[in-house]
Amino acid sequence: MASVCFYFQVHQPFRLRHYTVFDRSPRYFDEFKNASICRKVADKCYLPTNRLLLDIIRRYEGRFRVAFSLTGVIIEQFQKYCPEVLSTFDALAQTGCVEFLAETYYHSLSFLYSRNEFVEQINKHCELIERLFGQRPRVFRNTELIYNNQLAQTIEAMGRFDGILAEGADHILGHRHSNFVYRPSSCRRLKLLLKNYALSDDIAFRFSNRQWKEYPLMADKFAGWINNVNGNGHVVNLFMDYETFGEHQWRDTGIFDFMRHLPEEVLKHPDNNFKTPGEVVDSYEPVDTIDVPHIISWADTERDLSAWLGNAMQSNAIHELYKMEKMVKQTANLELLEDWRKLQTSDHFYYMCTKYFSDGDVHKYFNPYESPYDSYINFMNVLGNLKERCLPTPSAVKPATITV
Amino acid sequence: MKIFMLGWEFPPYISGGLGTACYGLTRAMSELGIEVTFVVPKPIDAPQASHVKMLSPSQVRASAGRRQTTETIEEMKHVSFRQIDSSLQPYTTPQYYQQKIEDIIRQKNLQSQYIEAEQHQMLEQWEKLAHQSVGAGQYGGDMYTEVHRYAAAAARLALQEEFDVIHAHDWMTYPAGIAVAAVTGKPLVVHVHSTEFDRSGEFVNQMIYDIERRGMQAAQKIIAVSYLTRNIILSRYGIQGDKVEVVYNGVEQNGDNRAAFTDIGIRSDEKIVLFLGRITMQKGPEYFLMAARKVLEEIDNVKFVMAGTGDMMHRIIEMAAQMGIGHKVLFTGFLHGKDVQRVYQMADLYVMPSVSEPFGIAPLEALNYDVPVLISKQSGVAEVLTHVLKVDFWDVTEMANKIIAVLKYPPLQLTLREHGNFEVRRLRWSGAAQKCLRIYNELFQTA
Repeated sequence: MASVCFYFQVHQPFRLRHYTVFDRSPRYFDEFKNASICRKVADKCYLPTNRLLLDIIRRYEGRFRVAFSLTGVIIEQFQKYCPEVLSTFDALAQTGCVEFLAETYYHSLSFLYSRNEFVEQINKHCELIERLFGQRPRVFRNTELIYNNQLAQTIEAMGRFDGILAEGADHILGHRHSNFVYRPSSCRRLKLLLKNYALSDDIAFRFSNRQWKEYPLMADKFAGWINNVNGNGHVVNLFMDYETFGEHQWRDTGIFDFMRHLPEEVLKHPDNNFKTPGEVVDSYEPVDTIDVPHIISWADTERDLSAWLGNAMQSNAIHELYKMEKMVKQTANLELLEDWRKLQTSDHFYYMCTKYFSDGDVHKYFNPYESPYDSYINFMNVLGNLKERCLPTPSAVKPATITV
Repeated sequence: MKIFMLGWEFPPYISGGLGTACYGLTRAMSELGIEVTFVVPKPIDAPQASHVKMLSPSQVRASAGRRQTTETIEEMKHVSFRQIDSSLQPYTTPQYYQQKIEDIIRQKNLQSQYIEAEQHQMLEQWEKLAHQSVGAGQYGGDMYTEVHRYAAAAARLALQEEFDVIHAHDWMTYPAGIAVAAVTGKPLVVHVHSTEFDRSGEFVNQMIYDIERRGMQAAQKIIAVSYLTRNIILSRYGIQGDKVEVVYNGVEQNGDNRAAFTDIGIRSDEKIVLFLGRITMQKGPEYFLMAARKVLEEIDNVKFVMAGTGDMMHRIIEMAAQMGIGHKVLFTGFLHGKDVQRVYQMADLYVMPSVSEPFGIAPLEALNYDVPVLISKQSGVAEVLTHVLKVDFWDVTEMANKIIAVLKYPPLQLTLREHGNFEVRRLRWSGAAQKCLRIYNELFQTA
């Protein structure tokens, strides 16, 4: 038996506007840029792919199933900038073949810095998903698939989840394979689903790569690789960014046609099927425990945190941010709280990454800044203003010159 | 491969980046085994220059005093020097302005009753440095006559030499390059370190422009120091693109020099933001001042040091006074050798706000000394550096924003320094010399 388990990550950050140290305005986010990017990606990816999936789901009458994780910040942007995307997600939810996963509302790294804030954000996200799509998320995925034993433990202790996702990194698996359900070594009940990074990346990254020896990738070939899992595993976890469809892989690469034909090819084999993460959790028992004492993620080849916390600027920015938690929460000012939380979105720290910066690779493509240094300066200026707003006697007057 | 190279200046008698570039390039060429005969105009009537004869490499190095003599002979063994009597001086005349600056600083000193003690000390330091400044010749007479006299002499000299390619650096030597090519029939390469449009904006000197264009037209190959400069050569001088190649400048490894300078001990609790370059329109000194004023609105414990001289010196000093930030801006005059190192080591940030900079070696030097760098996007060096801050020269608010950030956030300084120093290690003269060699070889084969 081989179950294909698709999960798509849907996320866009609230990007900051250009904010100098001389700015005093409490508006930090670039409405225009965020709106236009959201609409652009909606047109190229979210809308056509949602329609395609809806189509496939109807055609296969329940036999094709997928899962999504929509961050709170992308949902807010859909509501503001392109509500029609939300209605297509709603249509998907109503088919009964789509599962929505839980994550931190702000796509944050809060697990690493504040357990309190972390739990609050997950609860906030679950409430939103339930309100919009009428289902309570049962499976949790952390930002960028950041994971370790402690995370699994925390999630199990919340009592609302049955499963958790992580990267199927070689060094945690050893001789084992990601195509089974596991149990985190720190848990009794929670089940662990691991990303099959080879097959996931064949679609997400290599699909249009003409240097790749498997190019061009056709649905029947890919289904053949799925069939190979039969007898060697239970589940093939294909986890990827939803923007793979139409945005990272453009329409003319044939990615939509690939997806359209994949269910047919996969289902040709009588032992294959599609399952959502929740259904995988229900169908399979863990075959072993997995011990992850050190943090892993799904990023880059290092599978670590270095893309967000790899240099002095990044760790300084995030420390300064979480240092403000108490101060912000004490003001009981919802606007301040929301601004502070939007600054937690991991993308802000990703933009400050200096790794590979000179080489101009994938990191650059997603970066609205000309350089990681610009991004740090901008972020710190915003943070400086936010701090001032938290002070008990807010004054409109410019503060006296400071000593550095 | 033997090269007949025509230059204007060579260390220690330099007033700008060109001499530094010629030194770095010829040294790296020498290491590749290329034989270079370097022709420079010999400064006449310059009291300090009379005891130096740039005849043999060992003598040059000994007088430059940068490296140990034995080492240097090894490094420059394939380079020989020829001098031509001429009072040619690159960029205008340093000494004239030198005098002026010292006077102005002295006046300022006398007038101001409120200068703090430490500032006083600093001024004295700068003055001391200024006195050791550029020694070479005064500019007298007609520059164009000089350029052509140099050309004639170089052509005469060339007939006694054996070489494969002529390599001429910047406009003053182009007529000489053309003349040498005419009498010897050897291929000519002109190396464009700057154009009249960089130096003078839109107010170009027609005669200089004509000399530049004639040189570019006569050359078999043109070397531009950046794509920025290449674009100017194509668009302003109407040269065909396939003739123009980009060879980026490099920087020398400072290596053990740094250890010797750990004990400078003039460091106060004040931050230092450094401008180092000629104080001319091209270098954008007024934007530096405007940014300084904005920085001072936010931060108090910072001083702005302007090292260099130039025709805008007087105006800039007055401008600082008018802005009311005169007590925060220090002028050092032209700095040499060790003093350059010293001023870099004192700086928390180096700013190059150039309006038009063909390349800009100084930021590489700053990075070499572990100083974070802020450069204008209108500079060629911005093409090769990624771990620096970049800003449009006219955007003084953004310039101030970035200066403040560097002074305010140590992690920013740290990251810039770490990555910047690493990055600059890839930009060595050996790479530039190899590219030149490839260009020579191509010419040599087609010739």
